[in-house]
Amino acid sequence: MAQTVYSTTPAPATEGSVDVELRGVVKHFDDEPAVQGLDLRIYQGEFFSILGPSGCGKTTTLRLIAGFETPTEGEVLIQGVNMGRIPAHRRPVNTVFQSYALFDHMTVRDNIAFGLKIKRLPANQVRERVLDALRLVRMEGFADRMPNQLSGGQKQRVALARALVNRPAVMLLDEPLGALDLKLRKQMQVELSTLHRQLGITFILVTHDQEEALSLSDRIAVMNAGRIDQIGTPSDIYDRPTTPFVADFIGDTNLLHGHLEGSDGTVLRVVTPSGLKVLVQQHPEIPPEPHPVVVSVRPEKIRLSADFPTADNCYHGQISHVMYLGTHIHCGVRLSSGETLTVLLANRGQALPDLDTPMYAYWAAEDVRLLSAELPLPVSAGNP
Amino acid sequence: MPQPTWQSLFTAVMYGFMYFPIIVLAVYSFNGSRYSTNWEGFSLQWYRALFQDRRIFLALMDSLTIASVAVAISAVLGTLMAVGLAKYRFWGKGIYRGVSYLPLIIPDIAIAVATLVFLTSVAIPLSLWTIIAAHMVFCLAYIAVVVSSRLQNLDPNLEEAALDLGATPFQAMMQVLIPQLAPGILAGCLLAFVLSMDDLLISSFTAGGGVNPLPLEIFSRVRTGVKPDINALSVVLITGSALLSGLAEYIRYRSDRRQRQQA
Repeated sequence: MAQTVYSTTPAPATEGSVDVELRGVVKHFDDEPAVQGLDLRIYQGEFFSILGPSGCGKTTTLRLIAGFETPTEGEVLIQGVNMGRIPAHRRPVNTVFQSYALFDHMTVRDNIAFGLKIKRLPANQVRERVLDALRLVRMEGFADRMPNQLSGGQKQRVALARALVNRPAVMLLDEPLGALDLKLRKQMQVELSTLHRQLGITFILVTHDQEEALSLSDRIAVMNAGRIDQIGTPSDIYDRPTTPFVADFIGDTNLLHGHLEGSDGTVLRVVTPSGLKVLVQQHPEIPPEPHPVVVSVRPEKIRLSADFPTADNCYHGQISHVMYLGTHIHCGVRLSSGETLTVLLANRGQALPDLDTPMYAYWAAEDVRLLSAELPLPVSAGNP
Repeated sequence: MPQPTWQSLFTAVMYGFMYFPIIVLAVYSFNGSRYSTNWEGFSLQWYRALFQDRRIFLALMDSLTIASVAVAISAVLGTLMAVGLAKYRFWGKGIYRGVSYLPLIIPDIAIAVATLVFLTSVAIPLSLWTIIAAHMVFCLAYIAVVVSSRLQNLDPNLEEAALDLGATPFQAMMQVLIPQLAPGILAGCLLAFVLSMDDLLISSFTAGGGVNPLPLEIFSRVRTGVKPDINALSVVLITGSALLSGLAEYIRYRSDRRQRQQA
């Protein structure tokens, strides 16, 4: 079922040769499925993210590519070569671990030189490449320190340099920024992005941070319970989610479960069990015959008005909570039909709405994303 | 001056009970008299006699040989055992782990008798090597326990990071895992060494003719009454053991603290 999604995946921004390919990969741990049937192609030079909540199988997927786990079924190919019989230490990939996994009995220099020395490179080349790598991550002054004398961000950079110095075909990053505080994380995101552009090698990033995935990636695969729900560019994923899970996991959204009743000319009519009618712009891919659906409305698409507005979707309700967030104001509106909608208003210096004030919440038919309750829709189906 | 409480009084009595005999022994080792009953002034003569005693020296050599060989072999096997138990999942692992650490709680007398019965039943003559084999039983378990506690605090990704950088599994073990485990291995070895030097029971059951470890020598001498040179020897042994265990504990403490700082 999920396979239909990737076969219709639009061509990636960086069309080229395939660097990493997974074919029907399944991984079980003691009969407990961790990854259930992954088909995936990652192109040369791409910044590809695997995004999902903890326990969705994203780290297992990365470990299958690195060779730390062997697939129960299916195959992993790197640059067209089947990795079935190739152990981790002979794969052209390098990993940055969430825990950094620096060797703390060695200096920073020896840590970075480790891979090159194992490959028996001449000493002068090792020295040069270690220096280059240190320069690349702006840690020139720290070559002779021991890892336990470094801060978290500095360790992160050494871990990056230790992987990069080997000039791998593919860099694997397992939640590399997970242990850093917010400010440092933002800064390292910029540096990761710059490094990727400079080096032109394929980066595969595993993360549970949707903002990180959206801001860094060329393409994102959203994983849920061992499967890929959707693969696409950040805007595909955010603006055109294909499953209720993706819509809910990436950013905030209001999900309304209902039934597609029929078509009113150019719009489809969805009715929730509570009697709420929602109009959704018609699309050739969505069959107009009645079936269960989920309607997703982003909080920033909903507007509020005290007077009755003219809009496709307009509902009466009361303000149930107000949170001031600085750039935005976060409100809840309890509709007369019982649902509570989350609304995000841009802060333009307006007065904060009072609790229990009667309000109309409204949005246009084209601001709604219609999702099938059971099957993911093809990526191309959706709002323009 | 803080008010003495019944807790501090109790503690003082307890420590007195534990250490007073040792203090008495240490004091009398400097006694000028042949007899432990009266004090005849400070003297180092028993220490001099001790260091000139050839039998004591030979017994010490036997003990050192036994402890060194048993600890060296156990260090390798114990480390491999701890790593294997931590790393691999296999059928019966829980039982295997339990059996491996059992010598820590089995009474020494049981190990001693069992080893002797086994050796006689398969007709292996008692020798220096039978003592070494018997000592390895508990040395192995102690070293494995200390190494596996260090292993538990170690980043599980370390070995994978080495593999990822192109090291073969053997290189990863020798260049990354073993250096990281070194403080644990060393602490375990020192502990096992002290226990082996100290052992009377197992040695007395498994010693062959001509082999005479230090505790056996001491035991055979005190049977005819405690002479002051044995007092002196005991002080030397206690000091040596205390230094070694102190060193082991210090190494363990320092490496643990460093690991915690990193976490």
